[in-house]
Amino acid sequence: MSTETTFKSGSNLEKILKSGQFAFTGELGPPRGTDVNEVREKAKFLKGNVDSVNITDNQTAMVRMASWAASLIAIQEGLEPNYQMVCRDRNRLAMQADILGGSALGIRNMLCLSGDHQKFGDHPDAKGVFDIDSIQLISMVKQMRDEGKFLSGEALHGPPQFFIGAAANPFADPFEWRVHRLAKKIAAGADFIQTQCIYNMEKFREFIRLANEEGLTDKVYILAGVTPMKSVGMAKYMKNKVPGMDVPDDIIKRLQGVEKSQVSQEGINIACEQIEEFKGMKGVHGVHLMAIEWEHKVPEIAAQAKVLPRPTPE
Amino acid sequence: MIVAKRKPFAEIKEMLKGYKKVLNIGCGTCVSVCLAGGEKEVTILNTEIDMTRKLDDEPIEIQGHTIERQCDREYLAELDSIIEEGQFDALMSMACGVGIQFLAERYPLLPTFPAVDTTGLAVNQAVGWYEERCRSCSQCVLGYTGGICPVTMCAKGLYNGPCGGTNKGNCEISNEQPCAWFKIYERLKGQNRLDSIKKINAVRGWNDQIPRNLVQPGYKKPENALK
Repeated sequence: MSTETTFKSGSNLEKILKSGQFAFTGELGPPRGTDVNEVREKAKFLKGNVDSVNITDNQTAMVRMASWAASLIAIQEGLEPNYQMVCRDRNRLAMQADILGGSALGIRNMLCLSGDHQKFGDHPDAKGVFDIDSIQLISMVKQMRDEGKFLSGEALHGPPQFFIGAAANPFADPFEWRVHRLAKKIAAGADFIQTQCIYNMEKFREFIRLANEEGLTDKVYILAGVTPMKSVGMAKYMKNKVPGMDVPDDIIKRLQGVEKSQVSQEGINIACEQIEEFKGMKGVHGVHLMAIEWEHKVPEIAAQAKVLPRPTPE
Repeated sequence: MIVAKRKPFAEIKEMLKGYKKVLNIGCGTCVSVCLAGGEKEVTILNTEIDMTRKLDDEPIEIQGHTIERQCDREYLAELDSIIEEGQFDALMSMACGVGIQFLAERYPLLPTFPAVDTTGLAVNQAVGWYEERCRSCSQCVLGYTGGICPVTMCAKGLYNGPCGGTNKGNCEISNEQPCAWFKIYERLKGQNRLDSIKKINAVRGWNDQIPRNLVQPGYKKPENALK
């Protein structure tokens, strides 16, 4: 994408992507309690090593500290949050209220998601809201930001400033649909995309090739999702139990092929090789590193992936 | 049709605790077809209740009667004399939620208990197997979804699916549950109509958030309508 100098949100992430630099984002799951130190502890490992940190919203439908609250703690710790919001837990009134509140308190990136079904979480009998879906959420945030209007069409005073993100899973069925869905998210107003964890590189290359062909990668910044495998067990679990995840047997074999004490390092090696390829892949503008409950490894992974130091745009 | 399933026996037994003379009323339409609340099911349930209460040394006099439809005053009327003569201290209904309420409304002085849980608007896939197909949302989208309802069949009720959780054609919630949007995609592709779902379906107003009242064109509520 061509470099730009006008900003919609002024976030660090937006500035880095618009300057044409390769972005590197991380992830932080809020605690299942009120312990602020848990957030601060994880933040320590991310600070200076990533451009923005996704703060998950009741991920896997487990109750956690509110995403906006953990986002504010992240700001206090010198991180730039990417505030995740799922459609599962709130209706359009609550969503718009949180969007206003988040922006007012300085959050500048937002990731719009459908959310895992409540069945997976700790309250499987909860009523799923899904008043609007993720694509409609993207449009709503864009309308609030660019037109200064609530979803109802009524004027709001002081539009929220967000760099709007969305997710893409190139590996879910039907494969041919995935580029159309990406196009819908762009048409709705997504500024950037973070993908599902990528293990099947061949399929991802094909997805990006199609997205390039459709001209989509000129309209949106794509951050490729990377999660290093910690163990053979994790790889097998991701392959067999996580819906929409595509883990080729080669990955499992490669992890099995090293000494037990070296498996997690091999997982990091695979991730870094992927990152190296993404750096040169046309249509990919950065990497989103999801080191789940492995935040302390982020400095090491970032160093090995040669993405340091991170740019500090003014 | 409307489908229902019988409540767990323990729950039914608990509701009837302390009542000594009960009339269990079946419905001869939907719940009869789906094997939940017709004449046969009334007889079976009454036998179970009768036996259990005898064993508990709390005998109950339970009678059964099945009418054509509990959602229709014309058919409910035949119960008037039975209920007046029977001196029941409670009623039980094996009709769907609609029928149960219409019955309770007609006899407001008598406690009325549901013996079934209404589970939806479904098709008959095979004897004893019913699949929900409609949530009666008041705004049918089947025209652009290839005749497959995402409101009912998509676990997230998405209007712009399929989401990233589609798993080899199934929903992320279960390998037994086909993904509605996968099916929609396949059907529209077969009809060369994928454009129908390539455009964004905008946020919709939910028309089922307040009790709905339907008066067909050319009709009006009678002035002496019952409140």
